[in-house]
Amino acid sequence: MRESALDLLIIAGYALREAVRRRVLVVVVVLTLAFLGLYAFGSVEAFKEVESFGPTGGLNIDDKVLTGSTLLGLAMFVTLFLGTVLAVFLTLNAVRGDAERGLLQPLVVRPAGRSTLLLARFLAGSAVCIVYVAAVYAAAVALTGAAGDYWPDRPLAGGASLAAAVVIVVGLALLGTTLLSSTANGIAIFMTFGAGLAAGLVGQIGSALNSQTLERISSIASWALPFEAIYQDGLHALTADIGGATGVIVQLGPFGGAQDAGPLLYPFALAYLLAAGVLADRNFRRLDL
Amino acid sequence: MLADVPAALRVAELCKAYRATRALDGVQLSVAPGELVGLLGPNGAGKSTLTKIACGLVRPTAGRVEVLGLPAGSKAARARTGYLAELFRFPGWASADELLTLHQRLTRSDGGAEERARLLGLVALLDDAERRVETMSKGMQQRLGIAQALIGDPALVLLDEPTSALDPAGRRTVRRLLERLRERGVAVLLNSHLLSEVERVCDRVVIVDHGTVVAEGTPQELAAPGGVEIETAGETKRYPDARHEDVPRIVQRLVAEGEQIYGVRVVAGTLEETYLDLVGDTPR
Repeated sequence: MRESALDLLIIAGYALREAVRRRVLVVVVVLTLAFLGLYAFGSVEAFKEVESFGPTGGLNIDDKVLTGSTLLGLAMFVTLFLGTVLAVFLTLNAVRGDAERGLLQPLVVRPAGRSTLLLARFLAGSAVCIVYVAAVYAAAVALTGAAGDYWPDRPLAGGASLAAAVVIVVGLALLGTTLLSSTANGIAIFMTFGAGLAAGLVGQIGSALNSQTLERISSIASWALPFEAIYQDGLHALTADIGGATGVIVQLGPFGGAQDAGPLLYPFALAYLLAAGVLADRNFRRLDL
Repeated sequence: MLADVPAALRVAELCKAYRATRALDGVQLSVAPGELVGLLGPNGAGKSTLTKIACGLVRPTAGRVEVLGLPAGSKAARARTGYLAELFRFPGWASADELLTLHQRLTRSDGGAEERARLLGLVALLDDAERRVETMSKGMQQRLGIAQALIGDPALVLLDEPTSALDPAGRRTVRRLLERLRERGVAVLLNSHLLSEVERVCDRVVIVDHGTVVAEGTPQELAAPGGVEIETAGETKRYPDARHEDVPRIVQRLVAEGEQIYGVRVVAGTLEETYLDLVGDTPR
């Protein structure tokens, strides 16, 4: 057990060093800073322009809350997207891709073994992605607060959901890498991510149109791809406490209509992740290298 | 008592099928501790598959493979085995020293900097310890691969085409290294297309074709006889099927026939001739 833990640390450290030395993280940090810069500029301008709208007729709408929650919803969406990109690039070639290039064989023949190798890649990828999405989300919350003095009621829920969602993506990408080559796996994961987003949009359209069928389709698809359900749950946590006319408008907005998935979501996501891990391990063990 | 010492590598009735293709079909093979065995065969004969099964990269369809009496591919067997793949790559961002450090940690080797320096010295890379892999030539990477395979003092070393990218000087370095391994009692299975190399360094040669062993023996046993040439007063007489031990009889007969003998030459046969006789001369 202690030996396995040491192997996990060695291989996870190797994966982290690889990410740093291949400059994946440098590129990600530069692009993220660019996004946050644009986000800060956009937030300041958005709050400024909304203030200039003046009274909104007879409706009692809190402009600051409407603008802040919408902007933060956008930030969550972009953070999940960037976190997914990072997760995919850290893991898309961990098994078949590295095996095709001959990078994997020298490691697999060492005593650590395949399961440890796979788990270490999962832990390393998850650790990097969790830190990343947490940092970007925290920066977005701080920028939104600084720009318009808007602070969400439950900021931690949003951050936790992003971290959990991106861990699911890491797990799926690792499962994919035991079945597909690098390019095919990258395409598959991004299409899966897109399918999840589409499911969320269908749900929001269903909510706006009050279509139970669309909402049901969205719900099933979101649970089939739980990173989307978790993201929606986090998004819902950001806006759930907004009441009155402002709450109604937020629900009709581009990041409204998110569903509270209920208490079973996280246990389900954990079981889903375990199942993906067991399947990936089984595939890897059977793979002739 | 000696019979109780397990073979470094024992392969029994080994079969491997990739769908309809039988890569290995009942291979029997054994490598004793300290023995250097060359594995020869044309492309697609099953050599790499056999090597990969021995180090746990490929699962056999049937048969048994043991490393020092342990099931091949098991954690304990992997801990005693060093391996260099035919097609391998190391992370370009790592230096030679970093790479060996990683493998030391994975094998729990406590050799530290001394072991790394010794191994890099053995493959003539001591001055390149801090050099990144991506700046190394293919030959340097191959030598680094051999050093990596020797981390942790393995009892069995499996080398799949270790000299394919090496220049003559690099091949000589590897040849000397193999001889040192043999002196230290390390068993080596050397998979190679370079028959002359195998002939020079290996104790025993196994020729594989179509997934089965078609010949086995020492290089001398396997080398085809080149015949005997005897220089007489009038001509040089050639006896293509004669061997070294036939010389006295032939000379005696010629003298009895009144010939004057000016010189006798036993023509050395080559492993290549035997090899081509066995597997054919059509490239695959």
